[in-house]
Amino acid sequence: MCLAIPGEVLTIDDNLATVDINGVEQEVRLDTLPEEADKGDYLLVHTGFAIKKLSPEEAKETLDLFDELIEINREMDEESEV
Amino acid sequence: MKFKFKDKERAKQLIGVIEDYVPDRGIKIVHVCGTHEVTITNNGIRSLLPEGVDIREGPGCPVCVTPTRDLDAAIKLARKGAIIAAFGDMMNVPGTEYSLNDLGPEGAEVKMVYSVSGAVELARKVDSEVVFLGVGFETTAPMTAAVLSEDPPDNFSIIPSNKLIPPAMASLMELPDNNVDGFIAPGHVSTIIGCRPYEPIAEKYGVPIVVGGFEPLDILYSIALIVKGVATENPSVENGYPRAVNYDGNSRSRELIEEVFRVEPGLWRGIGKIRDSGLGLRDEYKQYDALARFDVHPEEGEEVLPNCLCPQVLTARATPDQCGMFGEECTPGHPYGPCMVGDEAMCNIWFKYGGRPQL
Ligand code: SF4
Repeated sequence: MCLAIPGEVLTIDDNLATVDINGVEQEVRLDTLPEEADKGDYLLVHTGFAIKKLSPEEAKETLDLFDELIEINREMDEESEV
Repeated sequence: MKFKFKDKERAKQLIGVIEDYVPDRGIKIVHVCGTHEVTITNNGIRSLLPEGVDIREGPGCPVCVTPTRDLDAAIKLARKGAIIAAFGDMMNVPGTEYSLNDLGPEGAEVKMVYSVSGAVELARKVDSEVVFLGVGFETTAPMTAAVLSEDPPDNFSIIPSNKLIPPAMASLMELPDNNVDGFIAPGHVSTIIGCRPYEPIAEKYGVPIVVGGFEPLDILYSIALIVKGVATENPSVENGYPRAVNYDGNSRSRELIEEVFRVEPGLWRGIGKIRDSGLGLRDEYKQYDALARFDVHPEEGEEVLPNCLCPQVLTARATPDQCGMFGEECTPGHPYGPCMVGDEAMCNIWFKYGGRPQL
């Protein structure tokens, strides 16, 4: 009930988008979305409503976060070994 | 775009960070989301963690915490002739006497829907009253608010049963001997509410809170940050899931919730009343409250079944395998307690993925 999944916008008609979710087309309402959506955008979809526009930059940002923590820790380990 | 959220090398390194910081006395981290439990159990994450790191699920299963009062109300309404529209997971949850799937000898009509919009569409097609069982957390509330705010058909109403996660986290901290050192906050709930609502909890109780995503690496990263936060005595709130969560959340969805609902005490099955954790309809939307419309007064039913450890499981004080009924009298096919029903329920997840995920 709390899992949202990403889908790609195929068409938009006013408040309603048709999105492709893993190859299945689904109608998704846009009135719970704070951002404007366009064809080709990826949306996070929850029970037939879009709740966030996804951007590739933000996906990358998460990986950068992981690496940052790993890197800081490695530096600290090296320092303590010196 | 393809990013590796499962990559082994990063996983090893994150586990290394956890090993570096885990305190000798051990650490207890609670997540509040059935989907996190699926990632953890399905990927054997507990077995990858160093000794002393105890990961528990708290009250993060909407199905499990829906009070019998609301289920019994749905059953009463169905018997009065209304069609009950509910999410599939709700069907097998035992109420005081019956579940929606088994309404007893009198029978009645119950329809499974995937979305509140589906319930509204159903109401447009039929003459009878359609009542949507409005359960879930902050992720489902905006959708219900959206359909109510645009003038749904007259024969449509809801049983308002939405609950709020941050007050439940705070209430866990109020329990004596909770031993909670930190929280992984639920990813998609946070897509809606953002990270700010966790700040007062982190501050008041001195626990780090990390909003976590649903890939194994997301979980390991959240655990690493929490373990580090505990070791360095830095109980801050961090967004570990920026690809789906803005720090301020989804303003449009929050406005919708604010417009239609007001915060009131919430009743959680197995836990009891929690202050400011429920959403009731505002006066302007009271006409959509099925209980008022049909004058139904369900008694406060039997919330806890004898010998079912659900209350302890939902408050992170027991694991499913500590229940004597687990896998014996209580299975997904024949659930005895609510924690065995649905994809987000702790006992159900442990049963499906082997039941002994500590190994
Ligand atoms: S196994 Fe069944 S009876 Fe035991 S705690 Fe879980 S739901 Fe309750």
